[in-house]
Amino acid sequence: MKVEEEEEEVKALYFAWVRERIGKAEEELAPPPDIATVGDMIAWLKTRGEEYAYAFENSRSIRAAIDRTHVKHDSPISGAREIAFFPPMTGG
Amino acid sequence: MARPATIRVQRELFDAAAEAATLSGERTDVGAIVTFIGLCRDEGGRLSRLNLEHYPGMAEAEIGRVADEALARWPLLGLTIVHRHGPIRPGEPIVLVLTASSHRAAAFEAAEFLMDYLKSNAPFWKKEVLAEGFEGGWVGAKEEDEDALTRW
Repeated sequence: MKVEEEEEEVKALYFAWVRERIGKAEEELAPPPDIATVGDMIAWLKTRGEEYAYAFENSRSIRAAIDRTHVKHDSPISGAREIAFFPPMTGG
Repeated sequence: MARPATIRVQRELFDAAAEAATLSGERTDVGAIVTFIGLCRDEGGRLSRLNLEHYPGMAEAEIGRVADEALARWPLLGLTIVHRHGPIRPGEPIVLVLTASSHRAAAFEAAEFLMDYLKSNAPFWKKEVLAEGFEGGWVGAKEEDEDALTRW
């Protein structure tokens, strides 16, 4: 594997009904270079299959975290090692 | 100086009285400890249990960030937060927030602040399992919970 490819890989994590709809908890992804923000990433994920389209059908209800910190959809993803997607939280 | 917060995310039950005793410890300057315990309701007999999913690593980190914010905003002498995950039955505790201060106002306010933030910002998701054995689905986030953050 070439080093540049390895650097572009990011671990995607899915929780709650996002995880259930996609059918997996995590995966390694190599988004195309034009995917710059969390919102771009969601739009790209939606094209990966029916299960992704279903999980991200209402993207406004999707929250995201980069390397375990909450981020907005317009946040850049460059340098991210781990990007998580999940519904609004119900802690407490 | 405020002492560091104690934060734990665990499957097991917790002992609120023991945690409060540990928080004050040998100190003699603590005038107030507010204890908040969030419990699992049975929703009128409908609910068999909650399954609490969480984001390991981020849950602790996010609770830590909220705890740091509380320590910066109120003159606290210490705080403890324990949040459970996994299967939780009606009547069992889900979350414990303890805040210690010299005077009660800071402890009350900080505890309420912490709970408001945990509700909307801590990466936990509740799924209901109904009493009949049917899957109940994910608990939706309430808009008023996010709205509650604007007062802080």
